[in-house]
Amino acid sequence: MKSRFVNILIGGEAGQGLQTIGYIFAKSLVRSGFSVHVTQTYESRVRGGHNTFAIRVGMEKVLAPQDGIDLLIALNEETVELHQEELSPAGFIIGNADLKRNGKNWMGVPFKEFGKEIYWNTASMGVVASLLGLDKGIVAKTVRDGLGEERFEENFKVLEASYGWIEGQAYKWEKLPPISNPPQRLLMNGHEAVALGAISAGLKFCAFYPMSPSTSVAQTLIGWAKDMDLIVVQAEDEIAAINLAVGASYAGAPSMVPTSGGGFALMAETVSLTGVSETPVVIVVGQRPGPATGLATRTEQGELWFVLHAGHGEFQRAIFTPGTIEECFHLTRKAFELAEKYQGPMFILTDHFLADSYRDLAAIDVEQLSFIYPGMNPHSVEAPYLRYRITESGVSPRLLPGLSKHLVVADSHEHTENGHLTENLSVRPKMVDKRLRKGNGILSEVIPPEYKGDEKPEILFVSWGSSKGSVDEAAFQMSSQGVKAATLHFSQVWPIIPDQFLHHLEGAEQVMCVESNATGQLAQLIRRETGFFIEKRISRYDGLTMTPRYILRNMKQ
Amino acid sequence: MVTLKDYGEYETAWCPGCGNFALLRAVKLALVKRGLEPHQVLFVAGIGQAAKTPHYLNANVFNGLHGRSIPVATGAKLTNPNLVVIAETGDGCMYGEGGNHFLAAIRRNIDITLIVHNNQVYGLTKGQASPTSDKGFVTKAQPEGVAEAPFNPVAVAVAMDAGFVARGFVGMEEHLINVVIQAIDHRGLSLIDVLQPCVSFNRINTFRWYRDRCKPLPSSYDPYDRETAMRMAEQWGNEIPVGVIYRNKRVEFERHFSILTGGPVVGKGVDRSRFKKVMEAYE
Repeated sequence: MKSRFVNILIGGEAGQGLQTIGYIFAKSLVRSGFSVHVTQTYESRVRGGHNTFAIRVGMEKVLAPQDGIDLLIALNEETVELHQEELSPAGFIIGNADLKRNGKNWMGVPFKEFGKEIYWNTASMGVVASLLGLDKGIVAKTVRDGLGEERFEENFKVLEASYGWIEGQAYKWEKLPPISNPPQRLLMNGHEAVALGAISAGLKFCAFYPMSPSTSVAQTLIGWAKDMDLIVVQAEDEIAAINLAVGASYAGAPSMVPTSGGGFALMAETVSLTGVSETPVVIVVGQRPGPATGLATRTEQGELWFVLHAGHGEFQRAIFTPGTIEECFHLTRKAFELAEKYQGPMFILTDHFLADSYRDLAAIDVEQLSFIYPGMNPHSVEAPYLRYRITESGVSPRLLPGLSKHLVVADSHEHTENGHLTENLSVRPKMVDKRLRKGNGILSEVIPPEYKGDEKPEILFVSWGSSKGSVDEAAFQMSSQGVKAATLHFSQVWPIIPDQFLHHLEGAEQVMCVESNATGQLAQLIRRETGFFIEKRISRYDGLTMTPRYILRNMKQ
Repeated sequence: MVTLKDYGEYETAWCPGCGNFALLRAVKLALVKRGLEPHQVLFVAGIGQAAKTPHYLNANVFNGLHGRSIPVATGAKLTNPNLVVIAETGDGCMYGEGGNHFLAAIRRNIDITLIVHNNQVYGLTKGQASPTSDKGFVTKAQPEGVAEAPFNPVAVAVAMDAGFVARGFVGMEEHLINVVIQAIDHRGLSLIDVLQPCVSFNRINTFRWYRDRCKPLPSSYDPYDRETAMRMAEQWGNEIPVGVIYRNKRVEFERHFSILTGGPVVGKGVDRSRFKKVMEAYE
């Protein structure tokens, strides 16, 4: 059988439980051995509106979301109206039989025969799960795990009824081939992976002010706070959030603040404080379309330049832009390591799409993960203890206050080596140089952009962050049509080292930068750092996710 | 034995006669009297002439941004509750730029001590009105006099049921030392609004002006009586009561974190076997 993908889209209004059932469905698929890739869209409201939970299912690893729908689960009639155009010719719309619609693609299900309306989400999953050939036992176990024992029994009855119903129908649909003894895989979204990566690295403190799409990072940490000894504080505003993290980090807790563009704007002065006071903090900026409130629940890659330049004065930073769930986990760990090692702000740039995108991944070997011990051994420091001692690497000995007789003095002013404020202008250049020298260390640990494909490509796609999978798939499709294609993907956008990638740009016949923003921020950054001008760009800024089909369609134009 | 010498003596950037000197001395004497060693104490400051105070003594210091001493102090206290944490800064920093944090700190009742140098004027930026300037106070920036009603931090703190609310005056050293010690010993948020002159920019509220008005609360005063406390807090003019105006027994913020009953998070690593269990939830 050929490589096969099935696009399932669950649509309905907020409050109909489509996220709950979508998650359980995706997990059932992973437990059955399939690969999944979830894209969620929703409006900025708690009830009503139109929301979707799209699962792309594959026999092999699914890299990206894709346009089009094979199975449309319509929890309301509006979903049918909005999405029927996207339906593939052999696809089905699964909806309430009472809607009395017609057409060869309409599958009217007598939901009311299965149970009360609140169970119709479970019922529609049952119909589609059986259509795909999923083992009922696996689905039932996942429902039990997802909803808990109390809610299981009623839902199980509905599941049985819906599985039974489809058996008696004659819809022409090929089941997915069953996978025997699938390996144990995880299902996780981008922000869960960021939070778990942080915990594994040693995070002990998080402060946040709620803001889409980044609240989910804090929420995941809150869920594990008791198990993993974490302090999570909801702050009165974003300025407080990052200053809470600064205080916690100074006192010895590896700390993180999750936010989005508007909240991060409020944090900018304190980013600068972390630079001069040399306080480790990891900042997660989950991007959404701006300016200002913009589109609160949609996606964009519009904050690269903002995060790169936020904070007055000159100091070093690194910016990681994970493109996969695995990278969300591992690059967050790396951000914590660098923050502690180089004593300053480190950034993770995600976006709404990646934050909510559930995907399957291989189990992570927990035994192999090291974690941070903040600060140094107080017995190992030279006397007198100087918090900002001038060193060759620029890294000064960091002790934690209250854990020894040494006094730890940190300051936002320009300061002398002992941490006290100074207006001595001969000290100033020495301190600036010391802080900037840490950049050499950060540079030595840069993750080079990943190059894949033909060495002399006709087309080279350049990308960063969450569009990784879509770009890979678009390049793969072009290659299979005989075009020599390659990809150059940045999972770290700052600092960048031209020698690591410039030859790839120069060696390609045509270079195209793919970004979910209007102005081509990575293309501009590359030009600034290398002089190489990427003329051709594929930009998406309608708030929706970059897909392989979007890329290919815009290639032709 | 801790002595005053342990807390050091430094040259300052303050004007001769500044009220900061007396407050610096009172705080050092309070720490000595309380038997605290410099490494057990963390001072967090904002920006302003008052916020420079921690640079002129020996202790752990985090001198952060204007208005942001409270969140930094809160983060540090939550991480290591064994530290004695004092946020010391001026009226503009604490009540103006940091106003939202002031309210949040009272609501949380985090066990830190706020020592606020209140001279009713901005010193570092050269003489503009502060949140506590009296109405009509004329400055270069307010040539027709301050139009805003003054912020009364003590009354706000009592109204919000803060754990420990005091007013002090730098001209009453023994009294002030005693209030600082009580504030440090109080479990929960303590506010000490300390009245002091600014010799350069406030020619109205001078040392003499405060001295003539500040009257210690009688020894029979019951700080647990909130109604009376509110009256004392609102009193301003010919007579200004100083001392511990209000206190209660609210549970401090840290006690709401069950994980802290097992000790501070500082120094705790990652328990791999527990993390393994966490990861299993995603299978």
